[in-house]
Amino acid sequence: MEETTILEALKRRFPKGVVDASAPLGDATIVIRKDALLEIIPFLKEKPYEFAMLLDLTCVDYPERAERFEMVYHLFSLAANRRLRIKLSVPEDAAVVDSLVRFWKNADWLEREVFDMFGVRFAGHPDLRRLFMNDGFVGHPLRKDYPLRKRQPMIPLRK
Amino acid sequence: MQGNFITTRLNAMLGWGRKYSLFHYPFVTACCGMEYMSAACAHFDIDRFGAGWTRFSPRQSDLLLVVGTISQKQAPVLRTVYDQMTEPKWVIAFGACAVSGGIYDNYAVVQGVDQVIPVDIFIPGCPPQPEMVLDGLIKLQDKIQKTKQDWRWKKQRS
Repeated sequence: MEETTILEALKRRFPKGVVDASAPLGDATIVIRKDALLEIIPFLKEKPYEFAMLLDLTCVDYPERAERFEMVYHLFSLAANRRLRIKLSVPEDAAVVDSLVRFWKNADWLEREVFDMFGVRFAGHPDLRRLFMNDGFVGHPLRKDYPLRKRQPMIPLRK
Repeated sequence: MQGNFITTRLNAMLGWGRKYSLFHYPFVTACCGMEYMSAACAHFDIDRFGAGWTRFSPRQSDLLLVVGTISQKQAPVLRTVYDQMTEPKWVIAFGACAVSGGIYDNYAVVQGVDQVIPVDIFIPGCPPQPEMVLDGLIKLQDKIQKTKQDWRWKKQRS
């Protein structure tokens, strides 16, 4: 199938960078090493693949894993009408990933959201501030160890 | 005794006047707004109860309708809007989110607007039916009629 050909090609092109390649439920997915991101992304953006759109960029917290966070990128190729999912693991003690703002402008706010909610930092991001929470907010609310009912009101509450 | 008669009648008259001339300010933040619109427009028509005037300025209104989810970031805004309204003023919490935070029991949402401002009437429901809104409005009118009216100009003189 088409999916398997692109996965095979990527594995051959980046034998060290691509850790795993599969197509669960027909969705092409590659798992890469964190430091290979800036190598693989420009390759995917150029011909013949032309993944011109960054559909989404998000993060998942797996507290039980050794490398706690998993970044997930969803790319879309308008030319080939094809999607690709890229995953990479990020350890908590060095939660820094290379920024993709120079490739896609929409990565700017998406990365700010991930930074706000998970505390993952992005090297090379032009303006890494919180996006949703207020500036005085302590912690990162979508981390699994953030207390469910912890409140940080901006004004003193009546009761 | 004559003086008392006049005072109680005046109190009742002020209440009557106030309960049938509620100018409301809709603080609409979420999907309950659709239900607010249907309650406010021709089908259910809150104008029948004298609350037809929607004022989009808190300074000209005396009924604050908090319609929808209030996040922690919006709480200071809601407090400012409430503070800008002139006395006498009343507040209706419209829908489950405004009443208690609703399904949003999380870091971002105020668990009931009564944590931020005093509330007179709570209308539950996700979203409440227009009939419930009308019921809440009538209950508020009862409340206004029964309370001792704030007779501000007299208070200041005495």
